[in-house]
Amino acid sequence: MTAIAPPAPLSSARSRGVVVDFATQQPLGTVSFVIILLMTIAGIFSEWVAPYDPLYIDFAGILQPPTWEHWGGTDAYGRDIFSRIIYGARTALVISLTSSFIGSTLGAILGIASAYFGGWIDDWIQRFMDILLAFPIIVLALVVVAALKTVVLFGIDINLIIAIAIPIVPRVCRVVRAAALSVRTMPYIDAARAAGYSDSRIIFRHMAPNVVAPYLIMFTAFMAQAILLEASLSFLGLGVTEPTPAWGLMLSGNAADFYREAPWMILFPGLAISLAVFAFNLFGDSLRDYLDPRFKV
Amino acid sequence: MLRYTLHRLLMMIPTLLGVAVLVFFMLRVIPGDIVEVKLRGDGGTVSQEMIDYERKRLGLDKPLIYQFGDYMYGLATFNLGISMWTERPVTEEISLRLELSLQVAIMATLFAVLLAIPLGTTAALMRGTWVDYVVRIVTIGGLSIPSFWFGMLIMMGLLYYWNWLPPITFTSIYVDPVANLTQLIWPAMAVGYRYCAVVARMIRSSLLEVLNEDYIRTARAKGVFEKVIISRHALRNALLPAITVIGIEFAFLIGGLVVTEQVFNLNGIGKLFVQSVARSDFTLIQGMVMMLAAFYVFVNLVVDLLYAVFDPRIRYG
Repeated sequence: MTAIAPPAPLSSARSRGVVVDFATQQPLGTVSFVIILLMTIAGIFSEWVAPYDPLYIDFAGILQPPTWEHWGGTDAYGRDIFSRIIYGARTALVISLTSSFIGSTLGAILGIASAYFGGWIDDWIQRFMDILLAFPIIVLALVVVAALKTVVLFGIDINLIIAIAIPIVPRVCRVVRAAALSVRTMPYIDAARAAGYSDSRIIFRHMAPNVVAPYLIMFTAFMAQAILLEASLSFLGLGVTEPTPAWGLMLSGNAADFYREAPWMILFPGLAISLAVFAFNLFGDSLRDYLDPRFKV
Repeated sequence: MLRYTLHRLLMMIPTLLGVAVLVFFMLRVIPGDIVEVKLRGDGGTVSQEMIDYERKRLGLDKPLIYQFGDYMYGLATFNLGISMWTERPVTEEISLRLELSLQVAIMATLFAVLLAIPLGTTAALMRGTWVDYVVRIVTIGGLSIPSFWFGMLIMMGLLYYWNWLPPITFTSIYVDPVANLTQLIWPAMAVGYRYCAVVARMIRSSLLEVLNEDYIRTARAKGVFEKVIISRHALRNALLPAITVIGIEFAFLIGGLVVTEQVFNLNGIGKLFVQSVARSDFTLIQGMVMMLAAFYVFVNLVVDLLYAVFDPRIRYG
């Protein structure tokens, strides 16, 4: 994802409507959007979609293979795996949505400010981003986990969200800065400055709307990364904690002892992670092709 | 070229210094440290004197600025200190596990690059056909399937079809290559899939870009064989951006190893890092982060130098 041309070519869609235009141009993107929609419905209406209570322990029915009663089988505590996956969608969505939003927005603001002010502000912000970029995503997240202790608010670990958001910031900052640099040379920015508008007004009213396309693309792409990262951290036992249903958590701990006895315990949660990340990746990809005229032929 | 290399080497210092400062202060923003985890680990009660004594012994009672001074002095003399948990030198803990992780990383790179070049090239040459779509789905799959789950699937497959699991104890490749490879080839595949996907996508898009260049049209107009155009003119130039991705992904492979080593029960760098985070072993975390960041910055430098070697246009004066 290198420099992305700023203006979104939505004009061609005006005649047919954006949705139809997107659906005809990007069939794969539409499929992925449907998957995202289903996942969102499952996450919001978990209570109605899930057939069982995800926390209900039933020692009489442990390690049952998939049946009509238990579509995904049951785990070592007799909990219904399908229901846990439905509730896991909620956990994954809430955490990845908030962390990707915080990370992308902070990155975008820093990127625009960096491009707009230039000079030593640009230098300092970029040096700092360089430092953050020297960490692999999961390593930076783990350092944040080690630094901050768990703070639970509304059943969600706030610091887990911060740990996932921070590695996103420098990556979005880079891309948005590149886009903002080309917006900055536009005559309307000069006009706004000549009119005597304040810096913050120019940044938020004149520059920000013109880097929306790269922002949206990065936001969707990092939704996928955030889901993957949450699953990895939970798998390592350093993310979401029991008994909250989370996909990564379902694969951790003693799940590996049941490779032979209960492969469904491994198969379904992993499938859920892969499908969710796949959908967001594909959707982000299609969104880029759709919004970025550089790749259009 | 030499001046450029020296300049880049000097540029590494502020970044690494920044990493060192950032990690040190990040780990100490919130009070609470290893001592409580270590002593209260089993849920027993420990007297305050015990805690204070242990804290004093580990140097955690000194003012922050002194601790920072010690740490900086240590870094300047390449001394990463002593692990707060195992009480052994950080460098020793790391070097014990380096061989295994490095070998998995190199094997994963070979696996990824050898597969990615044909995949990316075919996808670009057959753009818009079903082949392109299949490659696209396979590569996005590589970006989506978590490496730890892929690793678990590999283990399950081995168990199901051959009733066999890879050995758990590590044997050096110099001692017994067969035992070594049968253990490490699976984790290499598990982390390599994502790597391969990233590289293949890069090759595809950069090859598409190169194929639109004027010199390709010129070559075609001259009547050069298509095969020659692809291999001599297009692919050569398209592989340049791929080198960047290969390098950076190699430096970042530790990200995959962190989770994959857990699945395959490998005692490598990734597992050590997770352990040190779980135990709040500050010195070990700092040491490992410094090592990983230095490695990343170094690989970046090598990539840039390779660039300058392959593409004379970017040779700086």
